[in-house]
Amino acid sequence: MIVANRKTLEEILGMLKPYKKVLLLGCNECVTVCAAGGEREVGVLASELRLARAKDGQEIEIKEQTLERQCDHEYIDQVRPFVGDYEVILSMACGAGIQYVAEKYRTKPVLPGVNTTFLGVTLEQGVWSERCQGCGSCILDQTGGICPIARCAKSLLNGPCGGSSNGKCEVDKEVDCGWQLIIDRLKELGQLDRYEEIIPVKDWTTSRDGGPRKRIREDLKL
Amino acid sequence: MKTRSNIERILESGGFVVTSECGPPRGADSEVIRKKGNLLKGIVDAVNVTDNQTSVVRMSSFSACIILKEMGFDPILQMVCRDRNRIAIQSDILGAGALGINNILCLSGDHQKFGDHPRAKNVFDIDSIQLINTVKTLRDDGKFLGGEEVKGKPVLFIGAAENPFADPFEIRAARLGKKVKAGCEFIQTQCIYNIERFAKWMEMVRERGLHERCAILGGVTPFKSVGMAKYMKNSVPGMDVPDEMIERMRGVPKEKQSEEGIKICVETIQKVREIPGVRGIHIMAIEWEEKVAEIAKAAGLLPRPQLT
Repeated sequence: MIVANRKTLEEILGMLKPYKKVLLLGCNECVTVCAAGGEREVGVLASELRLARAKDGQEIEIKEQTLERQCDHEYIDQVRPFVGDYEVILSMACGAGIQYVAEKYRTKPVLPGVNTTFLGVTLEQGVWSERCQGCGSCILDQTGGICPIARCAKSLLNGPCGGSSNGKCEVDKEVDCGWQLIIDRLKELGQLDRYEEIIPVKDWTTSRDGGPRKRIREDLKL
Repeated sequence: MKTRSNIERILESGGFVVTSECGPPRGADSEVIRKKGNLLKGIVDAVNVTDNQTSVVRMSSFSACIILKEMGFDPILQMVCRDRNRIAIQSDILGAGALGINNILCLSGDHQKFGDHPRAKNVFDIDSIQLINTVKTLRDDGKFLGGEEVKGKPVLFIGAAENPFADPFEIRAARLGKKVKAGCEFIQTQCIYNIERFAKWMEMVRERGLHERCAILGGVTPFKSVGMAKYMKNSVPGMDVPDEMIERMRGVPKEKQSEEGIKICVETIQKVREIPGVRGIHIMAIEWEEKVAEIAKAAGLLPRPQLT
């Protein structure tokens, strides 16, 4: 899923300073799974905001609504009947969802309630870890199912570098060396001979470097 | 001879190579490089200039190489993949060729978190092995990475680093194999303190015949103090400092520690020279360049063959 984490209360209060009527939108998908912007987090944030404003002797009216997701028209449309009653939308969806809401309701300022970070997996309850950078040219077949772009701090295609120590990355003792993982897996798969092959320079045009991306399935268009 | 490199020349004549390095200053004062260069005159066959080592911004390797070249040295341009994409890299290689820099050392580069600009974006468009291959392709095939023709091939002797002390140990010789396959002609290793582990790595390297296709120069760095030894052991990525060495430094009074550090360094050079397949030594006396002459002399590495 897309992993995000909620911005600090301080930062959110700062963004909300000019506003008294807030539409707080959560999302039922990725940010629910990583406990950043789902219904529960919406409820918690709303309470925190009311408390903080009350302490300062200021008013705030917050409508809490969690949409199925914010990256599809049909769900964002659901708030159309009452969006006019609010001055600002505070969205706790991922960056894609926040922007889509902003595109839909052009006359309302839309604020990000979370920092969207990475594409990742749930290791255990409460722990999420990065796995994919969306480079657009997947080579997981060559590296034992482990991504050198996302899991190596230097995105080396022919790693590891000289900073790999005890299976950990020089960047952080808690971070696995992506290439140690790849080598271990290739060994388990009986594919260690693949390590001898030089992977050539990457074509970054399919990733962010090529410019904002779009994907079209002509056969699915109406 | 493929290039005008002094390293290549000495290797071809069967000689033992001695290199060292100059760390550029954190400013624009060229005198700093000249002073360091003066300490190495007649001591080395070629001299590295580090490239924003540990991600700390310093005068560029390229510019310091030119200053050293003007002084009569054969500089080794260190180039990391952290800060430049393939466009800038190929451009700099052409520039190096144009200005008569005969050697390049292709490196990944320390992550920017270690330096003074940890908030910077990193590049890593290509990796060190791909960089080696890029230099080779420019030089021998006269082609850019995109396939187009180079008009005026840059001629540089191609080097890289390898770390026998990094993990996973079992693939370190295989990784050297990839570098050699990509076109690497000489290697400088990370500084050696654990001679046993280095000897084991050399054994793996010889098994693959890599020592015959690529000249291996063993890296050494003298300890200035027990504090430095401990720092190297605990805070520098990919460094293997055996406890016995820390104890040896600790067992000597403070004023005698630098002398002991030099002694250990000289002994290391002598032991490393004995290992079959080692074709030279790379002395890295970080911010202690004034000791290189003493170390080289004590280790019996002088005089150096003169450049014709």
